[in-house]
Amino acid sequence: MPTAWSFEMTHAPALLDVAALRQDFPLLTEPFKGRRLIYLDSAVSGLCPRSVVERMAHYQLREHTNVHRGVSTLSQEATDRYEEAREKVRSFLNARSTKEIIWTRGTTEAINLVAQSWGRANLQAGDEILLSAMEHHANIVPWQMLAAEKGATIRVIPMNDAGELILDGLDALLTPRTKLVGVVQVSNVLGTVNPVKALIQAAHAKGIPVLVDGAQAVPHLPVDVQDLDADFYVFSGHKLSGPTGIGVLYGKRELLEAMPPWHGGGSMILSVSWEKTTYIGLPGKFEAGTPNISGAIGLGAALDYLKALGLDRIAAHEAALLAYATERLEAIPGLRILGQAREKASVISFVLEGIHPHDVGSILDHEGIVVRAGHHCAQPVMQRLGVPATTRASFAYFNDTADVDALVAGILKVKEIFG
Amino acid sequence: MTDPRELYQQVILEHNKKPRNFGKLDPCTHHAHGLNPLCGDDIEVSLVVADGLVQEVRFQGHGCAISQASSSLMTVNVKGKTVEEAETMIAQFREMIRGNLDPAADPHILGRLTLFQGVKDLPSRVKCAVLPWATLHSALQGEETVSTE
Repeated sequence: MPTAWSFEMTHAPALLDVAALRQDFPLLTEPFKGRRLIYLDSAVSGLCPRSVVERMAHYQLREHTNVHRGVSTLSQEATDRYEEAREKVRSFLNARSTKEIIWTRGTTEAINLVAQSWGRANLQAGDEILLSAMEHHANIVPWQMLAAEKGATIRVIPMNDAGELILDGLDALLTPRTKLVGVVQVSNVLGTVNPVKALIQAAHAKGIPVLVDGAQAVPHLPVDVQDLDADFYVFSGHKLSGPTGIGVLYGKRELLEAMPPWHGGGSMILSVSWEKTTYIGLPGKFEAGTPNISGAIGLGAALDYLKALGLDRIAAHEAALLAYATERLEAIPGLRILGQAREKASVISFVLEGIHPHDVGSILDHEGIVVRAGHHCAQPVMQRLGVPATTRASFAYFNDTADVDALVAGILKVKEIFG
Repeated sequence: MTDPRELYQQVILEHNKKPRNFGKLDPCTHHAHGLNPLCGDDIEVSLVVADGLVQEVRFQGHGCAISQASSSLMTVNVKGKTVEEAETMIAQFREMIRGNLDPAADPHILGRLTLFQGVKDLPSRVKCAVLPWATLHSALQGEETVSTE
């Protein structure tokens, strides 16, 4: 007779074969400067599996020319591969149409696009932009630049000491002057998974659109932009096992259609004359110039790779690793984890009493352990927590408990050196 | 790669824990602010220079053990020196950290500051060790702010 436990097990996703999939990453299997590399820095940038790099190399060597140009078979096929990648992103986000998927250089450029195109057309003096206390600089500075230009104001949803947004006062923060809410779905510093769906519902009840920064969410959670009802959703390819220099702006079609172009140039026009220039429709309207074609195809290959591993299996593996790492790190005297949200992705920021994170990072580096030490491009989060910097370990699907054990041993060595 | 123990020696750890000449001189004759925004190290150096001599020097701010100990040992070593000697030490310290001055072979007036020579093997930490010295240089040159990033 099946017990409750075995019932759960039969319904749990099959486990990832981490030892096998690590073979896809030469940095993990081959010695780096004479030692085994422990990569706990996927929140900075994910590692690209071999298949992604090979797909990009194949394109660049055998399929490349410019896209959306000319009548050659080569150009048509390059265009097809490029547009197939856009369809993969559409499917990944469950967007209604590929017209809603705009290629950008990354999360930062996507947010700047919205600020400069949508923001400049829709904001006036006295208007407000509501951001959360745990935004990355990428979702702060573009809005500050816009606010300075328009005479608008930035307001902030506060967070508690555990690193969770305080939503009790949200209603009062969503004022008649609020024109946009910008919120990070997963905090890059704290790992907090924010309740963006509820936040979007609250904003929509007052007719306010919401931009979701999904840079740290897409590697960990399945995302459905229709279910979230996000107005804009942005992310970067390189956090998702893809290459750098490619990212995505998802926007609701009616919003994107009403927005003026941002960059002008080739590819985004219908006709150009000295008297009058007209623009093409979505998504090309926002894609002036020759795009990052191999980057887009590489991102498509990364999505294929993750899909084959299984997003549910990745999530289950990372959740187990987060629980194990949290328990082991918490047991180290003098170590304090920052960010104790109930809903958390596999990112752990910590401080060691009396030891600066850069010293921690340097000594761990000597042990072959790659972590991030610093302010994580989120200085307001550091100010809120009252620390100048933290050390952050972030765990991906290719990490295992041996990596956590190595981190713990490395931290004990730091403590030993510092006495 | 240098063993971290070669760098994080007792003297450095001790100066990090109990920095000498910590604080701000008011009034002072020279003052500068050093800031490395990427890593967050933040150091203010103030001096009283009279008759060509560094009569008093203090620093305050926060950062890693390397930048704190470098600041502390800098104040101890430049106090009482001529401005010219201080500038020579700044130049020699910088060259040592960049690997262009070998304290065992080349002439220098760095004294115990040679403790920091291991930093040359940690390229990402060079800017931490050099920040207080660049700040001291700026102060002596009459410049207000500096960064070594």
